[in-house]
Amino acid sequence: MTSVPTIRRLLFPVALVAMATTNTVGAQGDTSSAKADPRIGLRGGWNDAAEAARNLQLIAHRPKPEGWFRADSMGDINYWNSDMAFKGNYVFLGGYYGVQIWDISNAASPTLRAKLLCPGGQGDVSVYRNLLFLSAQETRARIDCGTQGAPDTVSAERFRGVRIFDIGDMDHPKQVAAVQTCRGSHTHTLVTDPKDPANVYIYVSGTSVVRPDAELAGCSGRPPEEDPNTALFRIDVIRVPLARPQDARIIANPRLFTDSAGAIAGLAKGDTLDKEHHHSETSRCHDITIYPALSLAAGACAGNGILLDIRDPVNPKRIAEVSDPNFSFWHSATFSNDGRKVLFTDEWGGGGLPKCRATDNPKWGADAIFTLTGKTLNPAGYYKLPVVQTDTENCVAHNGSIIPVPGRDIMVQAWYQGGVSVFDFTDASHPVEIAFFDRGPADSTSLFVVGYWSTYWYNGHIYGTEMGRGLDVFDLKPSEYLSQNEIDAAKLVHADLFNPQNQPKAVWPASFVVARAYLDQLMRDKGIPSARSTVVARDLGRAEKMKGAARRTALKQLAAQLDRDARRASDKTRVQALADEVRQLGGVKAASN
Amino acid sequence: MKASPCRAAAVALLALIALTTKSTAQTDTRRPPFTAADVHFMQGMITHHAQALVMAALVPTHTSRDDLLLFAKRIEVSQQDEIAAMRRWLESHHQPVEDMDAMHHDSAGTMEMLMPGMLTAHQLAQLSAAQGPAFDELFLQFMIRHHEGALTMVSRLFATTGAGQDAEMFRFASEIESDQRAEIMRMRAMLAARP
Repeated sequence: MTSVPTIRRLLFPVALVAMATTNTVGAQGDTSSAKADPRIGLRGGWNDAAEAARNLQLIAHRPKPEGWFRADSMGDINYWNSDMAFKGNYVFLGGYYGVQIWDISNAASPTLRAKLLCPGGQGDVSVYRNLLFLSAQETRARIDCGTQGAPDTVSAERFRGVRIFDIGDMDHPKQVAAVQTCRGSHTHTLVTDPKDPANVYIYVSGTSVVRPDAELAGCSGRPPEEDPNTALFRIDVIRVPLARPQDARIIANPRLFTDSAGAIAGLAKGDTLDKEHHHSETSRCHDITIYPALSLAAGACAGNGILLDIRDPVNPKRIAEVSDPNFSFWHSATFSNDGRKVLFTDEWGGGGLPKCRATDNPKWGADAIFTLTGKTLNPAGYYKLPVVQTDTENCVAHNGSIIPVPGRDIMVQAWYQGGVSVFDFTDASHPVEIAFFDRGPADSTSLFVVGYWSTYWYNGHIYGTEMGRGLDVFDLKPSEYLSQNEIDAAKLVHADLFNPQNQPKAVWPASFVVARAYLDQLMRDKGIPSARSTVVARDLGRAEKMKGAARRTALKQLAAQLDRDARRASDKTRVQALADEVRQLGGVKAASN
Repeated sequence: MKASPCRAAAVALLALIALTTKSTAQTDTRRPPFTAADVHFMQGMITHHAQALVMAALVPTHTSRDDLLLFAKRIEVSQQDEIAAMRRWLESHHQPVEDMDAMHHDSAGTMEMLMPGMLTAHQLAQLSAAQGPAFDELFLQFMIRHHEGALTMVSRLFATTGAGQDAEMFRFASEIESDQRAEIMRMRAMLAARP
């Protein structure tokens, strides 16, 4: 780092952090302190940085394609990788230079299928059938996807909004629509409505400067008291007719922050839970995650987390809001699979700054986990990468997704140069890390902004977009925290389409693997006496070997016994879940297993 | 509020250097070039942020409010990190970075003419002399004006042909804009809630 005058105070001494920092000088592989986190002291480098992993195995690494990076400046923002969307055997890897389409038929060996050159940042992507949606926010972005920029302050060539490509011919994507918005599109969310199969909707979150009215009629960046039609304090909703995507257009601009008195800057004034603690002006959302199974959406909206009822997707209605004194910038949201928890991230510093140092408060730039009861979000706990990073590694909470292990809330999350962290937040007040992967800094003498933008679970593997280094694929490995049965159960959940901000509800097929996953959890948390769990494991194994009616009878008997176990078990819910799973197995013909 | 001819000349020279080195420093045709206005913005914002640090450093010994103390800590960490990021941008684009240490010894009165919202030497002294509730109120008023100046700098940047086209410039200016807006809201709330 350069010689910026710094006042390095240990603001919030924490035992864990303090312990970690004492090991900073310890070289990698130092066996003298067995408890040292292997992420401490990793050697830096662009392509040869040292790596540390626990319970996570890197099975493939693919650098950026030729021409999609600068060899002399690997961290150049113009070529950053950003977010991902998944369809079938393809991952659509968005970025500041365009979209890479990788074939992941063999996850251990991804191959580049096509490239779509189209700069404009951040390159947030979604996919639906033959359509690809791509966000552009920068003033350099052009309608024609050119790289030369749009230098005029008012330009007819500029594009800021959401592009729609037809990818029916994946090798020759065709831009069929480009919907301009006042603030561009920082992120967007694909919204599907089962009652409206002819259309999909896009919620556009714009966060940057409002462009002049002269460039796009009606755009105003003035405060609401001066202009009630301001482009601030709203999101844009685009309707995309699937039969005629070229007719896509903005059909609503919901004012999500309006208060009971009708003021559109209703949340910015501070009339939520704690008016003292607004750190970011709530005039826009950064990202919105919808959970169609419950017709809910969670908006991470700068100064607040909000909950939306999206039964009418064109008119989302705010039903709850929350603030947090530790949050600087509400960035993204993820639901637990049962919808009873919402995890929000705080992207303190915007992602380009090192916020995981020993001096950084472990509740700042972290995840905040809320439980959801009715329409109320209750603060429960925080999770922050449990290891310090150097001041040449940008690090803060970023994008991730649920790993569908039945009976548990497990998430894989990107922390920029802090690496990948897999953690359990079943107990919302006490999240625990269960796996990680980390590389040393891109450059140990200076901060280059790179690292993991997103890490998502998709059909059995974890995919990570390293902004500077490329695409990574991981396998989760069993450990004391997670059994092979639990991993195998997660792998039973298959998706043909995955847009992470359109969160699917995991549903597991009836399977002995799922039953054994529950049983493993009961053994781990001593939810039933160990003598009993041994017998249940034996009976489950015997039943599996049986056929036809004998198997069904054995399973029904076991389910009935488990029902009785549940009544006196210390982990009743889980024993009951196991009983239900076994009963379901008993109702399934053996031949189909 | 006097302008320093010496300082104005130095800035003009920096802008000239930026203009003349533009074509050689930027040979990548796959993206739009950065401009003198971008360089000037980064250099100016470093100076601007540096004064916010000077102001924030007064808080622990002058305030009577815990919330202001926490707020000042956040400003301190955030602005130090942003200054480092701006210096990295200037260095990686082979542009001169103004000397931070020299800036601290400079007369604040001369900087005031350069960047919107900055305090004069007299105002800084006034702030430094205040204590307790009087300091709190003055600090918030001055810092709100200071932050509003940063917003002016951002809007001037985007109102300049060719400026803000560099992706990193765009990202940085957008983030400054949203951060400072947020902190202004927070400070207004603190002003309204003063005991």
